[in-house]
Amino acid sequence: MVRTRFELKSPVKTIEDFIKRFTPSRLTSGSNSSSSSSLNRSSNKGCSSLLSSPSAESTLTKLNEEQLSGTLEQAFSPLAPCYDGKASGNPEEGELRYEAESPDEAALVYAARAYKCSLVGRLPDQVTVELPHLGKLTFELLHTLGFDSTRKRMSVVVRHPLTDQITVYTKGADSVIMDLIKAPDTGNSKGKRQKKIFFRTQSYLNLYAADGLRTLCIAKKILSKEEYARWLQHHLEAETAIQGREELLFESALRLETNLHLLGATGIEDRLQDGVPETIASLRKAGLQIWVLTGDKQETAVNIAYACKLLDPDEEMLTLNADSQEACAVLLEESLHYIQAKFFCSSGDQSTKTFQSNFAPFEMYPSSSLSTTSSHTSHFLVHRLGLVIDGRTLAYALDKSLEDKFLAVARSCRSVLCCRSTPLQKSMVVKLVRNKLKVMTLAIGDGANDVSMIQVADVGVGISGQEGMQAVMASDFALPRFRYLQKLLLVHGHWCYSRLANMILYFFYKNAMFVATVFWYQFYCGFSGSAMIDQWYLIFFNLMFSAFPQLITGTLDKDVSEETLQQLPQLYVNGQNSEEYKPYMFWMNMIDAFYQSLVCFFIPYFAYADSDVDLFTWGTPITAIALFTILVHLGIETKTWTWMNWLSIAFSVALFFIVALCYNASCPTCYSPSNPYWTMQRLLQDPLFYLLCTITPVAALLPRYFYRSCQGTLFPSPVQVGRQLDKLPSDTRKNILSLSRFKMGSSLSPESPFLSLNKPKGSQNKQSSLLQTNKDRGQNSPSVPSHSEKHPSDIYPLAPSEQDISSYTRNSSRLYCEPKPPSTKDSDCLNETLQPSDLSLSSWIASTPLVTQTGSIHLNLPPDGASQCVKYTRNSEDGLCSNHVVQPAHRTVHVAEQALYTAL
Amino acid sequence: MGKAKDKSGPLARRPDNSAFKQQRLPAWSPILTANTVLPFFYLLALICMLLGVWLLLTVQSTQEIKLDYTELGNCDQCFQLRKNVSYAAQTCSCKVEFSIDRAFKGDVFFYYGLKNFHQNLRRYMDSRDDEQTLGRKTKLKNPSSYCEPFAKDVEGVPIAPCGAVANSMFNDSFTLTYHPSRSRTIPVPLLRKGLTWYTDKNVKFRNPKTDNLTLAAAFEGTRQPLYWQKPVYDLDPHDPTNSGFINEDLIIWMREAAFPNFKKLYGILNRADASFTKGLPKGNYTIDISYNFPVQYFQGRKEVVLTTLTWFGGQNYFLPIAYLVTSSLILLMAVVLTLAWWKFGKDGKNMKE
Repeated sequence: MVRTRFELKSPVKTIEDFIKRFTPSRLTSGSNSSSSSSLNRSSNKGCSSLLSSPSAESTLTKLNEEQLSGTLEQAFSPLAPCYDGKASGNPEEGELRYEAESPDEAALVYAARAYKCSLVGRLPDQVTVELPHLGKLTFELLHTLGFDSTRKRMSVVVRHPLTDQITVYTKGADSVIMDLIKAPDTGNSKGKRQKKIFFRTQSYLNLYAADGLRTLCIAKKILSKEEYARWLQHHLEAETAIQGREELLFESALRLETNLHLLGATGIEDRLQDGVPETIASLRKAGLQIWVLTGDKQETAVNIAYACKLLDPDEEMLTLNADSQEACAVLLEESLHYIQAKFFCSSGDQSTKTFQSNFAPFEMYPSSSLSTTSSHTSHFLVHRLGLVIDGRTLAYALDKSLEDKFLAVARSCRSVLCCRSTPLQKSMVVKLVRNKLKVMTLAIGDGANDVSMIQVADVGVGISGQEGMQAVMASDFALPRFRYLQKLLLVHGHWCYSRLANMILYFFYKNAMFVATVFWYQFYCGFSGSAMIDQWYLIFFNLMFSAFPQLITGTLDKDVSEETLQQLPQLYVNGQNSEEYKPYMFWMNMIDAFYQSLVCFFIPYFAYADSDVDLFTWGTPITAIALFTILVHLGIETKTWTWMNWLSIAFSVALFFIVALCYNASCPTCYSPSNPYWTMQRLLQDPLFYLLCTITPVAALLPRYFYRSCQGTLFPSPVQVGRQLDKLPSDTRKNILSLSRFKMGSSLSPESPFLSLNKPKGSQNKQSSLLQTNKDRGQNSPSVPSHSEKHPSDIYPLAPSEQDISSYTRNSSRLYCEPKPPSTKDSDCLNETLQPSDLSLSSWIASTPLVTQTGSIHLNLPPDGASQCVKYTRNSEDGLCSNHVVQPAHRTVHVAEQALYTAL
Repeated sequence: MGKAKDKSGPLARRPDNSAFKQQRLPAWSPILTANTVLPFFYLLALICMLLGVWLLLTVQSTQEIKLDYTELGNCDQCFQLRKNVSYAAQTCSCKVEFSIDRAFKGDVFFYYGLKNFHQNLRRYMDSRDDEQTLGRKTKLKNPSSYCEPFAKDVEGVPIAPCGAVANSMFNDSFTLTYHPSRSRTIPVPLLRKGLTWYTDKNVKFRNPKTDNLTLAAAFEGTRQPLYWQKPVYDLDPHDPTNSGFINEDLIIWMREAAFPNFKKLYGILNRADASFTKGLPKGNYTIDISYNFPVQYFQGRKEVVLTTLTWFGGQNYFLPIAYLVTSSLILLMAVVLTLAWWKFGKDGKNMKE
C-alpha cells in the first residue's frame, strides 16, 4: 500500500557512471551503467530490496542515505538531458534547491546530488556540475533538442570543458532508446560484453516496470568536430527555416539521435500521493465506480492500479488489447459472454485468479447453464472484475458500433483501467459514460491532458501540483492532494447534498404552506382576492421574517459529523440514491404543507368564528402562527443547532413582532387601503392570541414530529444511524465501527463484505511519515493537518515537488502479457489520429455507482509524475498491441482450459 | 527564490481558521428518537390537556342567546317591505320576544349579527377613505378614488363618509325591554359608547375641525351616503362626541369583519342600573327593532346576540375542544411510540448490530 523505498541505493552505480562520463579517461565505459540499473530497482518493502541486491553499492547507498537522513529523492540522472532545473539557493549553506519543469527531473538531479555530483549552476548556455574528484566543471550547452511525443526522447549536446569533446546525451523512453542503440559489433569481446549488458539492461528495465517504476534510458553519442559541424549546419538551416520548421527540426533531431551508446537506465518511483489507496477504497465503499484513464503504458498502469488498490490481486482482470476494429469487436463480445457465463450462471469458481483476457470461445459455455441458477447475481451488479484496455483498443471500442458493448463490459467490472489514452479519448470515455449510463460523472486530474476530461465531466476536479495549473483552471474544484477528494465527496459532498435536498423541500413547503392559508381564505371572501394577511406582512414574510434561519440551516447544517462520514463511506450512497429528495418525499412534503396550512387557517378560523373579529385582527395571528410553524418545522429538520440557529430564530421572531408593532403604530392612514392600525398592540393584550399561537403550531407539526420520531426509533435511515453514532463517546464509536460489520454498510453498498472502516488515523499518519522519510524532507515539509479544509495554496507552494504517486517501473515489462519481443519496431501501433499528444501519464478514474447509477466519479490519479522527460521515455511499447495478432490463438487455448474449469 | 512570495500570496487568500468559516461551531444535535421525544410528548399532552379542561370550564360558564329576527314574528312584514326599494324611506318597526332561563351573570354584550354579508370582499373593503374619516379637510371635499362610485353623488357633491363600506352601514336599531312580570316592563339600559377600540375613536376617526362651528357646519358641502337616512353629523343628535365620523356605530361598522358571518357590538348592558347590577336576570324580554337594513338582496340573515364573555372571547367551544383533541392525539402518539420503543428499539441501538 505504501511504497516505502529507498531509492537511493540504486543510483550509486549510475553516479559512477556519471562521473565516468565526464572523465575523459573513462569515456568508453558507458556500458557499465547498465549494471547499475539493477540497483535501481527496489521492491515494495524497502528493506527486502536491500537483500535482494546485496551489492556493495547498495549498502553504500544505504549508508549514504542514512547520512543524508533521507533527504534525497529517488533516482539519479546523468545530467538529466532534458534538464531544465534551476539551481537556486545559496551554495554556502550547502542547501541547494532545484526547480524543475517536471518532478521527475528534479528527482534525478537531487539523486545525483546525493552522490556528490551536484548541479550547481545553470545558465541558458552552460551547466555547472560539481563532481567529487574533479571539482566544478562547466559544460557548454550547445543544443537542447526538446521533447516531442513522436520521438519520445530529448537530447542535449554539450561540450566538455576539459576535453572539448562534444557529446550528445539522450534521455527517453526505454523502447525508443533501445532501438537507437548502436548494434554492438559482435566480433570482439567488447562487443559481446556490450551485447550482454544490453540484454541485462533490458531485463532490468522489465523488472523495474514490474515494480511500477518509471523507466528511462539514457544514452550518449560522441560527436567528432566534423560530424558536429555537419549536423550543425543542417540544424541551423532547420532552425532558421520559415516553412516546415517543425518538421525540419524533427528530422534534424532524428539525424543526431542515432547510434547511441547505452549508458544506463533509471527507474523512478513515482509515488502515489498519501492516502490514495485508502481514498479509493473509501470512494468505492461510497458506491462510486472508479475508472482510471491514464496515458501510462499498460504495465505501469496496471502496477499503479495495484498499488492504489484499484485492482485487487484477488480479482480477475480482463485485458483488452486489439489491433483492429474486428478484433476489438470479437474481444468485447467474448468478454461479455465470459462475464455473463461466469457471473450469471452459478459457476462460482474463483480459481482463475489472474485470468488474462478471457478469449474463451463462446461455445465453451453451454447455453443451458445460463438458465440453471440465475438467482443470485443480478445482471448489472458489478462483479469483482477489473478491465484493462489500452488506448488503441479504446479507440476501437469507442467507435459508435462498439461503444454499447464496451460499456456493457465496462459497467460490470469493478474497476476499469484505460492505459495509453489520449486526452481526447479520456474526454470521449467520460462523455460516453455520462451520456449512455446516465450517471453523474466526476473527473479528477492534475495535468493539462486532463483538461478536456475535466470539462466534459459533470464535476471536474483539478489537482494542483507539479503538473501546472491547467487542470485546476479548468476544474470546478481544485484540490492540493488526491486524498482530499475523499473529504470533498464524502463530507462536503454529502453535506451539500443533504443541505440542498432539505432546503429545497423546505422552500417548497414554506411557500406552499404560507400561501395556501391565503388561498383557503378565498373561500370565505367570495374569491375576491382579499388577504387576511396584511400586504406588508406578505411582502416581508419571505424576505425577512422567515429568511434567516433557513439561511443558517442551509449553510451550516451537518446531518452527520465529518468523522463519521469519513469513516463510513457508505453514507455517501444516501446522495447517490437521492434518498433525501425522492418524488414521494416531495409529495408528502406538499401534503404536509397543505395540512399545516389547513391547521394554521382553520384553528384561528374556528376560534374566531361567529365573533366580531375584524380582518386584520384575525389575519395577524395567522401570520404569527404561520411564522412559528415554519420556524419550528425548520427546527425539526435542523440536525445541528449552533448558536447561530438559535440566534436567527430568535431574531426572526423578534423581527416580526418589532416590525408589526412599528408598522401598526406608525400611521393610521398611510397604508391605504389596508388599515391595521394598532392591531398588533391589541392582539398582544389578548389571551386568545397566545392560546392560538400555542396550539396551532403544535397541532400543525404533530404529524411531522411524530413521523420523525418514529423514523428515528423504528426505521432509522443510515444517516440517522450515523448521527446516533456521533452521539456516542468516541472510543465506543470506534469500537462499534471497527468491530461490528455494519449492517447498514452491507445493505447499502454491494461491496462491503469487508470492513467499512478505514485505518485509524494514527496509522495513516505513520504511513505518511514513513513515506516522507523517503523523500526530500525539505520539500515535503508540510505534513498537513488532517482535519479542517486546507486551501490548496496551503500546500502547493510548500511542497513543489512532492510527487506522491507511487513509482512504477515503466519499462517494457512483459510480466503480464505473453511474450512480446521488445524489438518490434515496425509495430508502432500508435494511432496517430487519436493520440496527437500522448503527453501525460496522468491517469484518471471514472466511476459509476454500483447499483444505482445515479452518481459516478471519474478520478484522475494524482500527479503521476508526468514529467516531460519521463513522458517521452516510454513510447513504443506498443509492441504490446502489435503482438496481439499473434496471441489470441495462443491464448484461446490457454483460456479455453480455464473456461472449461469454470463451466464445469 | 520567489518561494516566500508564493507563500504569502496564496495564504493571504486562505479562509480564516475560525470555527464559523470552517464549520466547526459547537453544535447541539438532537436526535428524534423515542428516548428523547417521549418525555416531551407526555409533557405536551399534559399541558394541552390541562389548558383544554380549564378553557372548557371557562367557556361553560358563559351564556349566549341568538335570535334570528329576519323574518321572526311581525318582523316578517318589515322583511317583505324592505324587498321593495321604493319603500326604503318608510320606517318599519317590529318586536321580538324571547326569554332567558338562566340569568346572564356579569357583563352582557349586545351584538347584531349579519350572515352572508361579505364585508371582506376585496373591492368592498377598499372602498373607503381613511383620510376622510380622519377628518382631513381636503379629503372631506375630495374623497379618495378608492371610494368610487360612492365618492360623489350625481351632482358631484362629495359624500361623507364616502365609499361602499360606509354607504352600506347597518342601520337597524334596537331597544331591549325586560318584563319581570306581565304588567311591568323595565327598559334595559345599554351603553352605546365605549364600544370601540380606544385608538379608533381617538386616533383613526376624527371629525373635521369645527372651529367653534357646529358639526353640521363642518360637514358643509358634503352629502350623506346614498343609503343613509340621516347625515353623518346627525348620527347621534344627543351627543356631539358620538356624532359625525366618531360615531361608534359607524366606527364599528367600518372595522370590516373577517368573515361573511359576523356580529358587531351594539351595546353593553349598563350595570349601573339597579335591576341589572348582576347582569340580565332570567325572565321575558322583548326587543323593539327599527327594521331598516335589507338583507334579502344577498340572501342574508340578521340576528341579535346577547352574550357574556370570558377572558378569551365569547361562547366558543372550539378552542377548548381543539386543545383537548390535540392533547389526546399527542397522548395517542406517545403511547404508540412508547409501545414501538418498548417492542423494537428499546436499546436504541439495534441497528448497530
